[in-house]
Amino acid sequence: MDVVLFWVLAAAALVFGYLVFRLDSMAQVTFALLASFLAVAALVLLLGLGYLGVVTALMMVIEMVIMAVFMIMFMMNPAGLMPMTMVHNKVGSAAIAIGTFVVLAAGILLVDWPTREGEPPPDPTFALGEALMGGQMLTMMTLGVGLFATIVATVVLSTDRGRYGDER
Amino acid sequence: MGEMPVVPDPVALPWWSALLLPVLLGLATWATLVGDAALAGGRAALAAPGREAARLLVGQRRRTVAGDGVLGRIGGAVLPIAALLAAAVLPLGERPVADLSVGVVWFNAMEVMAWAAVWMVGWGSNSALGLVGGYRFVAQGLAYELPHMFAIITAALGAESLRLTTIVEAQQDMWFVVIMPVAFVVYLMSAAAMAFWGPFDAPVGPDVAGGAAAELSGVDRLVFTGGRWLLLVVAAAMAVPLFLGGGAGPFLPAWAWVAVKTAAVLALLLWLRHRFPTVRMDRYVEFAWVVLIPLTIAQALAVALVVLGGA
Repeated sequence: MDVVLFWVLAAAALVFGYLVFRLDSMAQVTFALLASFLAVAALVLLLGLGYLGVVTALMMVIEMVIMAVFMIMFMMNPAGLMPMTMVHNKVGSAAIAIGTFVVLAAGILLVDWPTREGEPPPDPTFALGEALMGGQMLTMMTLGVGLFATIVATVVLSTDRGRYGDER
Repeated sequence: MGEMPVVPDPVALPWWSALLLPVLLGLATWATLVGDAALAGGRAALAAPGREAARLLVGQRRRTVAGDGVLGRIGGAVLPIAALLAAAVLPLGERPVADLSVGVVWFNAMEVMAWAAVWMVGWGSNSALGLVGGYRFVAQGLAYELPHMFAIITAALGAESLRLTTIVEAQQDMWFVVIMPVAFVVYLMSAAAMAFWGPFDAPVGPDVAGGAAAELSGVDRLVFTGGRWLLLVVAAAMAVPLFLGGGAGPFLPAWAWVAVKTAAVLALLLWLRHRFPTVRMDRYVEFAWVVLIPLTIAQALAVALVVLGGA
């Protein structure tokens, strides 16, 4: 079951990734990329990393929607409804993409993977947090909130008032 | 630090409950629709949702020139699917269909699908008003999502777990609404906003001729509107395990208490919709970033201190 799911998701990730370069609408391209990312997120879930997989899906959806809005906003033809292509140097980019894929896939097949020792932890999310941050958890949390507060404050300070100028 | 938490055995419902879930949610949605029709002053409120559904089922689908049918259809279909998937971690009584260890994050991930869905629907019809509606929803999303995330994370923080059944258990002595009222209120607001529900219905507002839904008719509109209502019901129902003690309560069984509390939250949201005018998006974005986010962070800090003090 897991094996079937793995191959289906892997194929989906590749096909949608390929579509990113084949479709001719900015909106469709964005959501093809999102579909590819979601397939990868499901693959991460398949590895038993619940938190990472779900958070990847969560972040990618938000990110891709915002990206669609901005990309279409800044496109040369209004709203991006005119056919377009994501690729400029078609042959070169195809060569780079296929080359990278072959190198990575060859790496997976050729590397001498170690055999697993011991059992997976009861809660991989907790173990991951421990491994990443260890004793610095509180520092990281404080830093995170501090950074976030800075972002909010910067946005608040830098926005001009309203669409019609200084209305208040 | 350093000790692994004891992970409780998953206490999910049997697999066939997954088939029951859409039926249950459908019934709840139906009841909400009847309530809404009654509030709107319709005399035949009981039959109103059925009549409307039948009308849309036989209605003709509208086609627009050079529309993006693929994205439009996918967007419409994603709304109800995302709502159903989000409901999978919802404890129906004591147990959910899927008792994920990251239930809160799962719920959040499924409900942000609405961002993509509404934008796609707005985009798909190749209509200016539809597109305006889609963009409005993204702006609304940027406003509600961050306070929303802080609100639900505060509940998870209070229980020290992302698993919804554990969050419910942690409220045995005291409902979270008592120690985190700000998070609860912000959650309710974002629940209405995520279903672009009044006063946050600007994305489908009458001033843009129905916005994202402007060009929808027939089955497309039924799926879109139905998905929107499902989202509202699921979001309201999720307030129960997060803040209102889940199925806890005297006399009645757990599932009945969940139903009663969900109905209460829904009634409150219905009342809010009929009570308040639509909020302008730019105003709400500013309010969310300047007021709601600092408030929810302060709320999370307060809860964190309570948790640290109690440990």
